[in-house]
Amino acid sequence: MLVARNITKRFGAVEVLRGVGLTVSDGAFAAVLGPSGCGKTTLLRIVAGFERADSGSVSIGGRSVGDLPPERRKVGIVPQEAALFPHLTVSRNVGYGLPRGSRERIEEMLGLVGLAGFGDRMPHELSGGQQQRVALARALAPGPGVVLLDEPFSALDRGLRSVVRDDVRDVLKRAGATAVLVTHDQEEALSMADEVAVMREGRIVQVGTPAAVYGTPADLRVATFVGEAVVLPASASGGAADCALGRIPVRTGAVAGNGGTSPAAGHVALRPEQFRLGHPGDDRLRGRVERVEFFGHDAVVTVRLPQMPAPVRARTAGEAPYHPGDEVGVHVEGAALFYREG
Amino acid sequence: MVAQRVRTALRPPPILVGPAVVTAVLALLPLVYLGVRVAEGGPGVVADVVLRPRTFELVAASLGLAATVTALCVVLGVSLAWLVVRTDLPGRRMWSVLAALPLAVPSYVAAYTWVAAFPWLEGFAGSVLVLTLVSYPYVYLPVAAALARLDPGMEDVARSLGRSRFGVVIRQLRPSVAAGGLLVALYVLAEFGAVSIMRFDVFTTVIYTSYRASFDRTPAAVLGGVLVLITLVIMMLEARSRGRAAYASRSGTPRRPTPIPLGAWRGPALAWSGLAAALAVAFPLVSIGYWLLQGSSTRLDPGALGQAAIATLGVSAGGALLTTVLAVPVGILAARYRTRFAAFLEQSTYLVHALPGIVIALAFVFFAVRYAYPLYQRTPLLVLAYAVLFLPAAVGAVRASVMQSPPVLEEVARSLGRRPSAVVRTVTLPLALPGVLAGAALVFLTCMKELPATLMLRPTGMETLATELWTQTGSGAYGAAAPYAALLMVLAAIPGYLLGRRSH
Repeated sequence: MLVARNITKRFGAVEVLRGVGLTVSDGAFAAVLGPSGCGKTTLLRIVAGFERADSGSVSIGGRSVGDLPPERRKVGIVPQEAALFPHLTVSRNVGYGLPRGSRERIEEMLGLVGLAGFGDRMPHELSGGQQQRVALARALAPGPGVVLLDEPFSALDRGLRSVVRDDVRDVLKRAGATAVLVTHDQEEALSMADEVAVMREGRIVQVGTPAAVYGTPADLRVATFVGEAVVLPASASGGAADCALGRIPVRTGAVAGNGGTSPAAGHVALRPEQFRLGHPGDDRLRGRVERVEFFGHDAVVTVRLPQMPAPVRARTAGEAPYHPGDEVGVHVEGAALFYREG
Repeated sequence: MVAQRVRTALRPPPILVGPAVVTAVLALLPLVYLGVRVAEGGPGVVADVVLRPRTFELVAASLGLAATVTALCVVLGVSLAWLVVRTDLPGRRMWSVLAALPLAVPSYVAAYTWVAAFPWLEGFAGSVLVLTLVSYPYVYLPVAAALARLDPGMEDVARSLGRSRFGVVIRQLRPSVAAGGLLVALYVLAEFGAVSIMRFDVFTTVIYTSYRASFDRTPAAVLGGVLVLITLVIMMLEARSRGRAAYASRSGTPRRPTPIPLGAWRGPALAWSGLAAALAVAFPLVSIGYWLLQGSSTRLDPGALGQAAIATLGVSAGGALLTTVLAVPVGILAARYRTRFAAFLEQSTYLVHALPGIVIALAFVFFAVRYAYPLYQRTPLLVLAYAVLFLPAAVGAVRASVMQSPPVLEEVARSLGRRPSAVVRTVTLPLALPGVLAGAALVFLTCMKELPATLMLRPTGMETLATELWTQTGSGAYGAAAPYAALLMVLAAIPGYLLGRRSH
């Protein structure tokens, strides 16, 4: 179990971490999600012992490690671009943190990441995805209390990324490792982690399951950072909000402090998949298709509605039978998120 | 954020700090001990030496030589750089190689080739000629680089506004010209071999004769102190101009400028470039060749040549080894740790730059005579002096090669449970090894060419290639000196050859 409490850190005049707390239970996979410069990498470096926190505490497996050097913390690191030792073979990379003669453990780890028989290769002879898996085996080999993954997939090309992600998650689960992934990629965080901590300007602003973070973001900025959203000014009362798209029901949890009778000014946020397209006659709302982006498993259709200043992006499952210029009916499905002004 | 990841904020491990402190103490030893000796002389002696008319003459001679050579180097270096980089001079690639080549000619070898051919050149004129020809690349190289980086768009703007292009160019080049010029001035002030062969009295040569001639070495120490002060002032100027040069060169290269047509000036431009190459490169080669043929029939002593070569190889290998061993901990600290103490250790080795070789040698003589007499005029002391002299170059090489591998590798190694000393041994050093070895090789070759410290500290009876050349030239035995000059030229050409091969 990893527990970080109330960690602060400043570099000169810049306050990078302003009282960050993070708890990851044994065997869990947590993601710290935030834009670049939010302090997530600094948090990771403090947990690993490469930086010293100005205040706060870090404990791993119940042992306080704040005053220990990195080599005594039992923390595994999977850095960006794998960072394998270029002068050592794959076997010696994996065995770097093990006592001499740990042949069996090395083979076991290589088998775990699906690279049995690759031991005598040099790192430059491997593909990017293979290098990343060796880095994972190297980090897991000594049986660390926690594994830290620092944007480990950002150097891989897009096609490879989702495959390596699945492999890594699978290996971590099978090894029963406690892991923290640091990333700016919301898709990565939501698809891999058991729990997501959203970080912004040196603070953790929301912690929850991927579904909770996506479904009920803590504020408007989290809503737009964690996934796409159409944001409209609105006023809410009685469990629904009035906006340019008409009156839309509002998710109860999201209407913080709104008793119901007196209207509250704010914004609604709608996810692209909440917009359903249909025949122009069937729906109250109508728009014209501007653009169709086809992604294979789904498609995003950009629709301009006369009552909206900016076009709406609607996500449809499968093939979208629309073309630019088509007139379509737009239907909003489900409840919107509502955030009060200020 | 990125800058913060370059070096770790952790305290440097004792395994590095301990040896680095030893290195820094050794590097500071000459300067400190020179100060001690001057202070021991007392204010009376110091005033007596400083206020002698002879000292004023020396200041005038040294500064006059430095100023004249610097001015000529600026003229030669800037004109060649402009012709090679910005005009349609025929054969520009060849000229660009030739213009940098004199850097490989040891100054005293060049002095020998000129004085052997034209004995009447001795004195100020000969010193100016030789030092200009060997040191103008210090101006040519940075200016050529700056010209290549220059945005030609600025010139176009100036011309479209009805101004001449030269105004803009000169303003842009000033930092690199200043930096190169100050480097030349430092080089000339520290120069010993060429001026002593040219029999022109400056600080370095008088320090040497006063050390040789008298039992009281305090005047030599005082003169050395004055020379160090002058050098420090010039270094401070250089550091300031370098800061500005870095600022000015930050912009990228938006497009390659179209070469300026020389037109009718093509002939004179070719003649100018050709003259520089002929005097600085071709003449030394031809002169050595002539004396080799001339001298071999009269008196060549293969035994002495062999002995000198072996002695040179021996002390230089020792020097390179010790320099590298001393430089490694400082270089790693400088590359990886940003603490104030690490910066201090690194800078103390760079301070050696302010000390002309003759002054370092003098300090070691003083120190050995008083505290380590058994070492006086013994090989270990000479090797130690080499190590201190060439420490800045070696530290720079180690630092650069350590910085080439990402620090994240060392962090991963630490997180895998290895102690800092093990990480240095298993990750940092193996990865930096090619660069460290290249630095060691460079120090090795530089040791082979070293003259003033070798003259003062070599064991009695030992001659190196450099001291033999110096002695033979001094007694007018130009034919006998030729093989030594030829060997030294070959040695000096090796780093350039290797660097050229690596970049292809």
